[in-house]
Amino acid sequence: MIAGSWWPALVAAGLVTYLIRLSFIALLGRFELPPLAAQALRFVPPAVLSAIIFPELVLKGGELALGWRNPRLLAGLVAALVAWRTRNVLLTIAVGMAALWGLQALLGG
Amino acid sequence: MVPAHFTRRREFLAGCRDELPILLGVAPFGMIYGLLALSAGLSPGTAQAMSSVVFAGSAQFIAAQLIREASPAGVIVLTVLVVNLRHALYSASMAPHLRALRPSWKAGLAYLLTDEAYAVAITRYLRDAGRSEVSPYRHWYVFGAGITLWTAWQWSTAVGIFVGARVPASWSLDFTLALTFIAIVVPTLKDRAGAAAALTAGALAVAAHRLPFKLGLPLAAVAGVVVGLALSARASAARAEGSP
Repeated sequence: MIAGSWWPALVAAGLVTYLIRLSFIALLGRFELPPLAAQALRFVPPAVLSAIIFPELVLKGGELALGWRNPRLLAGLVAALVAWRTRNVLLTIAVGMAALWGLQALLGG
Repeated sequence: MVPAHFTRRREFLAGCRDELPILLGVAPFGMIYGLLALSAGLSPGTAQAMSSVVFAGSAQFIAAQLIREASPAGVIVLTVLVVNLRHALYSASMAPHLRALRPSWKAGLAYLLTDEAYAVAITRYLRDAGRSEVSPYRHWYVFGAGITLWTAWQWSTAVGIFVGARVPASWSLDFTLALTFIAIVVPTLKDRAGAAAALTAGALAVAAHRLPFKLGLPLAAVAGVVVGLALSARASAARAEGSP
């Protein structure tokens, strides 16, 4: 990878983010977000984040790995349980990593 | 005539102070981001720069993940756009309060409008709503809250990069990304529509992982949002029918 090759993408991503934040402030609040758009925004975080989480857990080297020999899947399920019961982000990360390390040691990778 | 007890300095310091408790939750994320960005293959300089150029926690995590998978630039920008659309809500909600400011102030405060700065700033305006006499310098309060968060984010990123450069790849620290997202998503799944949005997007992302240009992620996310909207529309229609 060439150093700095990600710059155009990151600058564009930063610009997009900035323009979204500036949008209504610059437009003086002259118009409001349509209700359907506001409602759709509610589903953006669960949809985007799940679309990242699922492949991380169930794919191993590009192949579906749904069995108990997949340490990332098991550790992810343990973490989901912790997140559900405690709603504590740092505890979820800590338990999830501990589970991954334990399972990797047990299953040998 | 502005009463003497309203000063820019006092507003600025109050904004800084009210942002402080939130830093407890933000600083660890800045560090995890720094660690992750390095394990995703970003150079320390690029990883640090992303914290000021993009300056949006979850979008930075996602961008780091996409870079790790060598996604095309277009998909990275598109995904960041979708993830940060919620900031339009903050912008709309702050706009009436910032209406009278100079364009340079609006431009600066918009840059600092993160989830955490917005939460503190809007609370201040809501608190003032019932008062007869309010400070004319409240934008200094917003600035204080925003710049405090910005400074903490830059420093915690730097600490994460410093530590991350010394952690071997065998520790699988890249997995903290999936864990962070699990910790954020699971508590928000309170109703069927939200859960269906998450399951649809997750399953489709797995099914579509071989699509070119990593298009599976944005497609799966949009499908999840559509399913969530459809289910919540059906649920509210059923409620309207059931009510007398």
